[in-house]
Amino acid sequence: MQITVDMNLCESHGQCVFAAPEIFSFDDEDYLVYEATASDDLLAKAEKAAAVCPVRAIQVHAAAGQGAA
Amino acid sequence: MRRIVVVGASLAGLRTAEALRAQGFAGELTLVGDEPHMPYDRPPLSKELRIAPLDVAEDLDARWLIGRRAVGLDIGRRTVALEGGDTAAYDEIGYDGLVIATGTAARQWPGQPLPQGVFTLRGLDDTLALRAELTEGRRLVVVGAGFLGSELAAAARELGLEVTLIEAAEQPLQRAAGSQVGAYVAELHRAAGIALHTGCTVREFRTAPGTDRIGSVTLDDGTSLPADLAVLALGAEPATGWLAGSGLRLGGGVHADAYLRVLRADGVPEPGIVAAGDVVNLPQPLAGGARLALGHWADAVEHAGTAAYSLLNPADPRPHQGIPSFWSDLHGVKFRSVGLPAAADEVRVVELDVASRRVEVTYHFRGRLVGALTARRTGRLAAYRQELAPRVGEFVN
Ligand SMILES: Cc1cc2nc3c(=O)[nH]c(=O)nc-3n(C[C@H](O)[C@H](O)[C@H](O)COP(=O)(O)OP(=O)(O)OC[C@H]3O[C@@H](n4cnc5c(N)ncnc54)[C@H](O)[C@@H]3O)c2cc1C
Ligand code: SF4
Repeated sequence: MQITVDMNLCESHGQCVFAAPEIFSFDDEDYLVYEATASDDLLAKAEKAAAVCPVRAIQVHAAAGQGAA
Repeated sequence: MRRIVVVGASLAGLRTAEALRAQGFAGELTLVGDEPHMPYDRPPLSKELRIAPLDVAEDLDARWLIGRRAVGLDIGRRTVALEGGDTAAYDEIGYDGLVIATGTAARQWPGQPLPQGVFTLRGLDDTLALRAELTEGRRLVVVGAGFLGSELAAAARELGLEVTLIEAAEQPLQRAAGSQVGAYVAELHRAAGIALHTGCTVREFRTAPGTDRIGSVTLDDGTSLPADLAVLALGAEPATGWLAGSGLRLGGGVHADAYLRVLRADGVPEPGIVAAGDVVNLPQPLAGGARLALGHWADAVEHAGTAAYSLLNPADPRPHQGIPSFWSDLHGVKFRSVGLPAAADEVRVVELDVASRRVEVTYHFRGRLVGALTARRTGRLAAYRQELAPRVGEFVN
């Protein structure tokens, strides 16, 4: 699965970090860091993160063949 | 379940409707909202006076009854009475499933009729009306230094107004975040040039001589502050008026159990009715099961999934296990919180530094962590949240 975050939108709310700490975290200046490619086992969590992001900065694409999420 | 009606067409209502579809509901879905607008986001209203529509899932396939107010609920006949139709004075729609998501309304001034130029801020129309008045050099008095009043004062100051902020408690944000964070925010306000009066209340709004428009605000100690406009930021009250006499349990919101099933007056969940968002009064595990309505954006979004699930799977409900969280942006400081700072009996300051804008404060009740608040330390919140997580599963109604 591919994950993209629009860093122009991201306001460091951290909701994605709460929803999927395996994928999203912060550096010490509150900038978001994330795994752009993550295991498909985490798809549900990634989708939850995208859903709870207050500014909808997160896009999740399932692996090819499964269609875009 | 054939027909689901969602009353309240804002964040919680929209996200619950989307969750119902995502969870497989294929029947008739209706959203009813009394504002004459499609859903929009409230947080930018007080921070930037900006209108930001909420995106609506393209395949939602819902009927929108916008500009229609629910005025009554009959749980026996399973109907909602609506006002504001084209033809009748009001009419009724039937439901098999009902989602209550009417949120809250700004608390109004209890006393005298108010002069022109005194505003409250909750919705889009309030914001447009207020924005037109916020011009450089005018004198604004904001009454109430909670998050909303503080944000608005900061935004207006940024626009070049002369801003006075009045707060009854000793510090801004005291009830929500404790006096240490309050003192910190007081310092931010004063550094930005906001005149902050704490420990005082408003006695009277006076009109300018010969007009029906505000001219000054009189405080309880007799001080008179000249004012071109004023905003009341006195907190919010659950929009449950339309549920009066319905037989549901009300009081500080509509009471729900841990599954977001709405309770009748006898304490039993009423089949086919759930609630989500600011309107819900829910037992809070972190507060030992005490009932609180919180009013946080992220909580409304998290409720949506649980409420939809409970409505569609009455035989197999799962409790809501969200951890409350909120944010606020003040003078360039992004406050982020988890848990229930307001439920604490002890506040511990790890870091509270004006120069670096770093904040890390933890909240405890009877020695146990119940919440945390940070700024430029958001990374730490995840660990605090982790610590709270096992505890929200503890309490099942
Ligand atoms: C100015 C402002 C700034 C905020 N900033 C933050 C923030 O920074 N962080 C944060 O966490 N939270 C913030 N919040 C809170 C957040 O916006 C709310 O938690 C969120 O809007 C809750 O959504 P809701 O759908 O439950 O309620 P609401 O958004 O209040 O929506 C309820 C809807 O129901 C409608 N309605 C009410 N009664 C009826 C009726 N009888 N019939 C039909 N429709 C009805 C209302 O008009 C409204 O459209 C802020 C709120 C405001 C007002
Ligand atoms: S939830 Fe959204 S805004 Fe918040 S940190 Fe994640 S991507 Fe950024």
